[in-house]
Amino acid sequence: MEQQNKDHIYQGQMHRLQKELMVRWYTELDRAVDEGVPAIYLMVSGNCVELLRAFEILPVYPEINALQLAIRNQSLPMLLKSEEMGYATDNCGYVKADIGAYVYGNKTSMGTRLPKPSLILCNYVGCNTYIKWFEHLANLTGAPLYVLDIPFVRNNEPSEQDIQYVVCQLKELVQLLENITRKKFDAERLKSCVTQAREAEELWSQVKNFAKNKPSPFDAYFDSTTMMGPLYVYRGSEECINFFRITIEELQERVRAGIGVVPTEKFRIVVEGPPPYPHFRVFREMLSHWGACAVASTYSTVGGIWEFGFRHDPDHPFESIAEHMLNHNAANRNFLQRYDQLRRYVAEYSADALVIHSVKSCRLFSAGQGDMREYFTKELNIPTLFVESDLEDPRYFSPAQMRNRIDAFFESLEHKKYFKATTAGGTV
Amino acid sequence: MRLETLTEEWQQKIEDPNFGSVADWKERTGGKIAGYFPVYTPLELIHAYGMLPVGLMGAGNALEITNADARFGSFICSITKSTMELGLRGHLRLFDAIFFQSICDTARNLAFLFKRNFEPELFVEYIHLPQNTNSEASVDFLVSELERVIHDLEPIAGKKIGPEDVRNSIRLFNQNRVWIRELYRYRKQFPHKISSSELAVLLRAGNFLPPDEHSLLLIQALASMEERDTRPRDKLRVVLEGAFCEQPPLDLLKALDDAGCNIVEDDLVLGRRWFEHDVPLTGDPIRTLAKNYVWDSRYSSVRHDSNSDRAEGLLQKIKRSKAEAVIFCIAKFCEPAYFDYVLFKDALEKEEIPHLLIEFEEKMWTFERARTEVETFVESILFD
Repeated sequence: MEQQNKDHIYQGQMHRLQKELMVRWYTELDRAVDEGVPAIYLMVSGNCVELLRAFEILPVYPEINALQLAIRNQSLPMLLKSEEMGYATDNCGYVKADIGAYVYGNKTSMGTRLPKPSLILCNYVGCNTYIKWFEHLANLTGAPLYVLDIPFVRNNEPSEQDIQYVVCQLKELVQLLENITRKKFDAERLKSCVTQAREAEELWSQVKNFAKNKPSPFDAYFDSTTMMGPLYVYRGSEECINFFRITIEELQERVRAGIGVVPTEKFRIVVEGPPPYPHFRVFREMLSHWGACAVASTYSTVGGIWEFGFRHDPDHPFESIAEHMLNHNAANRNFLQRYDQLRRYVAEYSADALVIHSVKSCRLFSAGQGDMREYFTKELNIPTLFVESDLEDPRYFSPAQMRNRIDAFFESLEHKKYFKATTAGGTV
Repeated sequence: MRLETLTEEWQQKIEDPNFGSVADWKERTGGKIAGYFPVYTPLELIHAYGMLPVGLMGAGNALEITNADARFGSFICSITKSTMELGLRGHLRLFDAIFFQSICDTARNLAFLFKRNFEPELFVEYIHLPQNTNSEASVDFLVSELERVIHDLEPIAGKKIGPEDVRNSIRLFNQNRVWIRELYRYRKQFPHKISSSELAVLLRAGNFLPPDEHSLLLIQALASMEERDTRPRDKLRVVLEGAFCEQPPLDLLKALDDAGCNIVEDDLVLGRRWFEHDVPLTGDPIRTLAKNYVWDSRYSSVRHDSNSDRAEGLLQKIKRSKAEAVIFCIAKFCEPAYFDYVLFKDALEKEEIPHLLIEFEEKMWTFERARTEVETFVESILFD
């Protein structure tokens, strides 16, 4: 009985509010079709949405639309449509689902309409597929394309020239936005959007920090993914701040009451890679079945890494937007920086293991993850589970195989924990 | 020398996983070696330091992949795995530096795996080439990136260089591209005089030679072609598209020839032919190179050009070479090529230009299926 109450509280305010906000966003996009409000398509990872907000332009995120299709089991017909058009089975599933959906009438998983883009803004942060995707969207929609080229982090920090290059492009983008909206750029308005983004970033960092509690009051992979919706869609607005305030209150309450994600938190895991959206719940259950709770994840930092201290700066809006795009999101940081991020997570969040979910679609994430496993198991001696499926394509998830691998891993981890506890003279 | 003799000799060299000819060069000259992963890299800068730029193009069928599979897993192209394998098995020990560029997600991650696994013995650099060709700052940014390369090369070469050295290298690579263009012009006119696998060997020889020596090789090859007593056959004039990075096995190219194709244009070894026009010898040579990259590169699946449409580039190429069809020859798991295929295909269909898609990988060992497929395609057009 007590457990039931805990479950009830667990799927509480945050999840409900998230749903509301996402529905509201899609409704707003649907309305924009009739009202002619300018909309710009852009990517989630390290973007400059604050600048769009300053012009009251609606952001449309093809990635979010694609993952919503997958999580609601609607992606397969879209993927098939794209393959019929000539896309390869080995092309990114996000792109294929999005293109398929566009061809089928540009509707979302909720059946709402998406406005035509005034501009296709490719914030090229690391992912080369972004460029291809948006070239194709520009081709399909006939909208102009602007590739905002973000130099990849080659040497741990961006150079002064990298920042200048991005700032120059952002200012060129302002001119484009002025033409699209027929409005003058308002520096005060941008400052205010950046201030609001900063506040949300502060709150989001606090949320992430809650996972250091034992038990963690939320799952920093699955629940963080849920929270990423409002974070990306509403960053730079009051709604985003409210969402995180309410979430924090809820988490504080759960920490006070000692309520975790699973009935007994037995394993604290760090997760690398995007989730298998078409089998989101099943995958979650496979892990929670073992009392495993994610305490940190790299996927929740594709849009921005704020938990290590970076914030947008209202006094230097352009420079800080550039720094965010360049240096403070997982997508534009190099593969070895991801190793560091994961290593830090394991240590700072007292994790027992690393789980790598390698997705076929996204080579930015997955190319080289075998080496990552090698590094964590052999050099750091951190138990690491490596599983493969996809973030969009339901055909690449084999439930029996996935369950076997997960079960075998946690069985052995449990054994190791037991062994460690007994040889250390402790009790189990 | 007969063309066969020349190309057979070079085929052995380019397929040698121990890079014997490069090792010889190193021993002979005492110079340093900088390898580079496809597609484009600033060859002129490496050369200006007296170093040999060596184009890495995987290991073909010469090396069994035993270690790299576990580092990369499924869905990754062969060139990535075989390049990693070359490193893991110590075949790259004679290299002093390796450059990777921002061509795709896989190549980028490979660069950082190289860093983790092979530094400090091997110097590894990743170059970000601009993907916005319209910004006022694009050229300045690339200048800063090229200056970074200079900063890398200086301690490796152990010397400083001046603008004249770079200009001299630009001149030699300009000349080299002139001879490569001549080779292509000649083949377009007399496709029966050289097979596509021979042409691929001659191009790839350039990966292992200084530009002036490669030019001499091409001059020699052109003379041998003149002497060749082969007769024109009724074949289909074809553009080969999609093999700008990983190279198709030579046997696959032979199968295409045998199936009735006269390949009159292609995008093989694209990095060696990156600039369509000569790079000017005036002004600051670093800035000149940067400007040329931003404004005068050939169209390619690994570079976004805000000012020109890639599909239009392909159509122009078809027109210029008087080709009748396109064969998309794509490395398995090459995402940039897969994506472009869709746009290219649509453009070709609008113009009613026939096309066919074939995929390849380094470890491909049977070419019969590809041959039959291409044969059917060729016949359907020739006997239409």
